[in-house]
Amino acid sequence: MPKITINGKKIDVAPGTSILQAAEQLGIEIPRFCYHDKLSVPANCRMCLVEIEGGPPKPVASCAMACGEGMVVRTDSEVVKKARKGVMEMLLINHPLDCPICDQGGECDLQDQAMGYGFDRSRFAENKRAVPDKELGPLIKTVMTRCINCTRCVRFAEEIAGTPVLGQMNRGEDAEIGTFIDQLVQTELSGNLIDICPVGALTSKPYAFKARSWELRKTETIDVHDAVGSNIRIDARGREVMRVLPRLHEDVNEEWISDRTRFAYDGLNNQRIDRPYIRNKDSGKLVEATWDEAFDFIKTKLKGVKGEQMAALVGDLVELESIVALKDLLGKYASENMDCRTDGAQFDPAQRAGYLFNSTIAGIEEADAILIIGANPRWEAPLINARIRKTWMEKRIPIGVIGEAVDLTYPYHHAGTNMDDLVKLAKDYAKKVKAEKPLIIVGSGVFERTDGMAIHQALYDAAEKLGMIKEGWNGFNILHRAASRVGALDVGFVPGKKGKSFKEIVDGTKDGSIKALYLLGADEFPAHSEIGWKTFVIYQGHHGDHGAARADVILPGSAYSEKDGIYVNMEGRPQLAKRAVFPPGEAREDWKIIRALSAVLNKTLPYDTQAQLRSRIYEEWTHLENIDVVAQAQWKKFGKKGKTLKADFVNPVRNFYLTNAICRASDTMKACSESFVRQTQDVLEAAE
Amino acid sequence: MDNFARSFLLTEIVKGFLLTLKYMFFVPKVTINYPHEKGPISPRFRGEHALRRYPNGEERCIACKLCEAICPALAITIEAEPREDGSRRTTRYDIDMTKCIYCGLCQEACPVDAIVEGPNFEFATETREELFYNKDKLLENGDRWEAQIAANLLADAPYR
Repeated sequence: MPKITINGKKIDVAPGTSILQAAEQLGIEIPRFCYHDKLSVPANCRMCLVEIEGGPPKPVASCAMACGEGMVVRTDSEVVKKARKGVMEMLLINHPLDCPICDQGGECDLQDQAMGYGFDRSRFAENKRAVPDKELGPLIKTVMTRCINCTRCVRFAEEIAGTPVLGQMNRGEDAEIGTFIDQLVQTELSGNLIDICPVGALTSKPYAFKARSWELRKTETIDVHDAVGSNIRIDARGREVMRVLPRLHEDVNEEWISDRTRFAYDGLNNQRIDRPYIRNKDSGKLVEATWDEAFDFIKTKLKGVKGEQMAALVGDLVELESIVALKDLLGKYASENMDCRTDGAQFDPAQRAGYLFNSTIAGIEEADAILIIGANPRWEAPLINARIRKTWMEKRIPIGVIGEAVDLTYPYHHAGTNMDDLVKLAKDYAKKVKAEKPLIIVGSGVFERTDGMAIHQALYDAAEKLGMIKEGWNGFNILHRAASRVGALDVGFVPGKKGKSFKEIVDGTKDGSIKALYLLGADEFPAHSEIGWKTFVIYQGHHGDHGAARADVILPGSAYSEKDGIYVNMEGRPQLAKRAVFPPGEAREDWKIIRALSAVLNKTLPYDTQAQLRSRIYEEWTHLENIDVVAQAQWKKFGKKGKTLKADFVNPVRNFYLTNAICRASDTMKACSESFVRQTQDVLEAAE
Repeated sequence: MDNFARSFLLTEIVKGFLLTLKYMFFVPKVTINYPHEKGPISPRFRGEHALRRYPNGEERCIACKLCEAICPALAITIEAEPREDGSRRTTRYDIDMTKCIYCGLCQEACPVDAIVEGPNFEFATETREELFYNKDKLLENGDRWEAQIAANLLADAPYR
């Protein structure tokens, strides 16, 4: 444990800690551009120079110098101040004076540090250099003249994203960042390049010139585009969401978010349902209505419908409160026909350990062997994939894949494509596994077949055989794709003993055994073609998508940015989302709609405020009360004995950019799909 | 005693009459025939706002929003997006002249001398709504007053 003194303050640090990190622990600020605590250390910006007393007779880059025993460091001496001023002046020589038209203006590291540590005027009278801009796709706008060559983006693309397409070319004044051959940055994490760029060289294209950082209202909330539950900050101006940024949470998303999370926000303004609609009996068209008309219509239609003839389905983006409210409403009718698995997945929801990401996301870093089954984590949860890559980068652990062989940004052993391969693998390696903490990650798409229950049990057996379950370690992980899923499973929004599952409900609408169906934001299946036309369908949601197309009554709900709510991520971690803007038009918060409807139907639910509803939730499911705490699940047998089919596992996400109603309404996501996915398909076709 | 003599001899009244007489006949008159004649104003006079253009006709404003940020009365509203040629321009530039306190901070903040307070002080209107200026109105002001605004800026330049 080296002892070090910085500016007269003493501190003990772990061996290998750099002077800059030690200063950070002491709360002493050292300016920096190239250093980033999640990336490697290149020490090329020279902004973090400090003086070591009795050391070399020159300032030292503190980010790359490890603390030594008894070192005495000064960050406030005249030498250091002069060195910083010199570095700053050199950086500004080739930096254009275009802060007023730069989107980074107001939140720019260079701007701030030039104010804090720079000269007050320039002595450089010669011409500045100009660098041609690079085309990096529909998400990132480049103004390469502003680049200060810190190479953060190069290191991010190489180390975190695993797509080494960026690099630094040429030398001296000609040095520039670019893609070696003109190609787009093909990664689901590309938006993070914008955050890590300390200047305005890489900025957001959809956000270009739209707003300034100081005029935005910042709301800290939770993302719903995948089941990771990334911590985000929604920046809004007036009633419009202007951008989405990540928030630091080391156990969930570190400080990255996926492109879908960051850029799909323009979908919140398109295709919105802002008033109730009723389907006209004669014309078959949806006609605008008032709330009272819509509720009265539902009341008359539900008259005489028995409990067992009613059903409800919950979609992917719904928060916990309205799920529970809907469950309570169905309970009043004594109906058990409910399901949240609108992807058609069949597994055993009785054991919590059977559907959770048990090792937790941060736990991936402890694993020493990983087996991925029937999933493409890169598309189903890019941040999980980034974690796996991080673990692989640090420890070069063996990784196996059973299922489709796709590019996961790290090398792996392709061990097979179907269930039999897994059973064989489990048998072969049952006694030979040397890994202390092995991990399996099972894609939720695996269960979307008729033998889902049997697979679930086979997976249980495999996990036991491969030693995934130990004292203090549970390596059995299900990789969910929907933000609402684990919450809905936790509160038991699944068919009861006599209840019907998703598939049976859909079949029931065709044979007439289901007379009324409540779709709460259920947009992930083609309702228009699959639900029988004799069933009365109520759709409550925020986008005119699959569900609304089939509905007989549409109740306008609110999107994730417009309501407070609890979301439980795939680990089983409940997190609070906050309202950033108000819902448009007549739309209301979802649980309020259900509560109001229950009063019209004379089945009034026993809560009037969200606080009452939450305490009702916490009473029955106590583990949800501890916000941001993962309640470990007990390991018990799950699944049902049965024969598994030979069919290959198919990855459920075919297009990363268009996975939910908000994405499908987003122009940015459509453009991404066009330039990234379509392009790849074209290349593949050309190769064939 | 002194006081008594002064009030008894009405010296103050005589003084007053003398002053009146002086201004009546011997000093040139100071009042002006306002709508036809106007008093001189400083180049720094802060009157009605205008948005200026470059000599080639390109609007100067680059939507940096510094004027909006500094405006103490929150009178300025700006919206921006990339223009077709990719340059940064406003799509909306509104000044609520009824909110404005004519402090001149907007023209101090402007990095490109786009928003200025011109020499015009005669812009009274019949309705309140007419005082909500939009971008077209401000640019029109700029075109109308450009010669004088440019001359004023030039005159004030040595002192900046």
